[in-house]
Amino acid sequence: MTSARNSLLVIVGLLLLWQLAYWAIGDLALRPPLETVVKAGALIASEGFLSHLAETLRAFALALAIAVVVGVALGFSLGMNRLAGEVGEPLLVSFYSLPKITLYPIVLLIFGIGMPSKVAFGAIHGIMPIAIFTLGALRNLPPVLGRTSRALRLTRWQSAWALLFPAARPEIFTGLRLGFSLTLIGTLLGEMFASQRGIGFLLMQAIGLHDTDLIMVLTLLIVSFAITASMALLAIDKQLRHGSS
Amino acid sequence: MKPATTVRLGLITAIVLALEILTRIGVIARFVAPPPSEMMVGLWRLLLSGRVHLAITQTLSKIAIACSLAIVVGILMGVAIQRFRGLADAMSPFFTAYYAVPVYAFYPMMIAIFGIGEAPQIVIGFMLAVVAVVVNTINALDRIPRVLRKTAAVYGMRPLEAARRIYLPHAGPYLATGVKLAVSYSFIGVIGAEFIMSRIGIGHEIVFAYNNFENEIMYPLILFVLLVAGAVNGLFYAWEKRLLSRRSRS
Repeated sequence: MTSARNSLLVIVGLLLLWQLAYWAIGDLALRPPLETVVKAGALIASEGFLSHLAETLRAFALALAIAVVVGVALGFSLGMNRLAGEVGEPLLVSFYSLPKITLYPIVLLIFGIGMPSKVAFGAIHGIMPIAIFTLGALRNLPPVLGRTSRALRLTRWQSAWALLFPAARPEIFTGLRLGFSLTLIGTLLGEMFASQRGIGFLLMQAIGLHDTDLIMVLTLLIVSFAITASMALLAIDKQLRHGSS
Repeated sequence: MKPATTVRLGLITAIVLALEILTRIGVIARFVAPPPSEMMVGLWRLLLSGRVHLAITQTLSKIAIACSLAIVVGILMGVAIQRFRGLADAMSPFFTAYYAVPVYAFYPMMIAIFGIGEAPQIVIGFMLAVVAVVVNTINALDRIPRVLRKTAAVYGMRPLEAARRIYLPHAGPYLATGVKLAVSYSFIGVIGAEFIMSRIGIGHEIVFAYNNFENEIMYPLILFVLLVAGAVNGLFYAWEKRLLSRRSRS
């Protein structure tokens, strides 16, 4: 359990840095960790917060589901054909690295303000890393798998489902970890710009009002959620890799 | 030209043509997206008019500063962290989670610390970009085989000399990945920060046009950002590919 202990040490280190930063910068723009945690408890207990939280979680879950399904499907359809992969990969990579925030006026014009916009915004952030990792995973598979599927006369569906997917699963899962984080930030950004509800909306409001308390609390909640989820996914990732080797 | 490149260009042309036709016959409403040809003409006119020159130079120089800072600091941090195996392992889940942190939330704090002006936007771009460089530097150093380290020791090289003659040539392509990501993240960070609040810059111009329903300015500007970011990223992508292919030949 040294990894758990190390993670704990990193968390303590981060809290320490935060406290030091507070002492260095002062009340102007920061709040100390302890005060933020106490305020976070108060915010969670406060009326109406849970409905914002539920809204964000719903949007995030939907966006993640879309990102995973479309990303994996895209990765497979490009990864199972050499020419399609060569044609598609640079396109995927360049779309991945565009500042997607510039697209928000267009997303807004298409989907309007509200749930569909946030989901779309989250999904377009998450699809590309998942697709790129899936494509890479399929390309790195040993060629013997392709020969096996030909020898067994599997159809494309059968070979994708029974052979390629299990073999590529650990790599795909790594892409999924990154996709998870990016979908979360995409959903939150969507809420900041294109919504009247949700955590991102609360954050944008707090930014507008210079409400440092609220900014700190919300950031802490988002970061804790992201770190917890990332650790859980990493643990599953490790298990998948050990199980497969 | 390679067949894949031809097919790719054909695909892009087909998509643009389809958009053009769909917008011309009105399947896609004009306020959602004007035809691509009009966007290009609009962009050309906008660039000629000089109305956005200041915003463009401002934004691009902010991106350049944020990116170069992130590369230098990120490589130094990566080298430092990689020396301690346990620390690098322990920080790995935090690096993945980092991208879920809405860095823009710290914007008001940045303004309080650095004042109103360009500095907060540069810091946001830097914060987004630096972690990608750190992660890829650690990754690059991890991939140096033990035998190369031994070679350096056998020749009695000083650390700097070993870095220049052995480690850097070997780790180059992976470092290039970090540099490439730093470029795109500093684009995302700086322009995103300009979106939220600033008085100058491309991001600000886009929001301003959006709020005033000036589609004939907004779309050309979005197109401009996408073209510039796409071109710069494409260059770095090709550079990384070349480094990697040179490696596999040797």
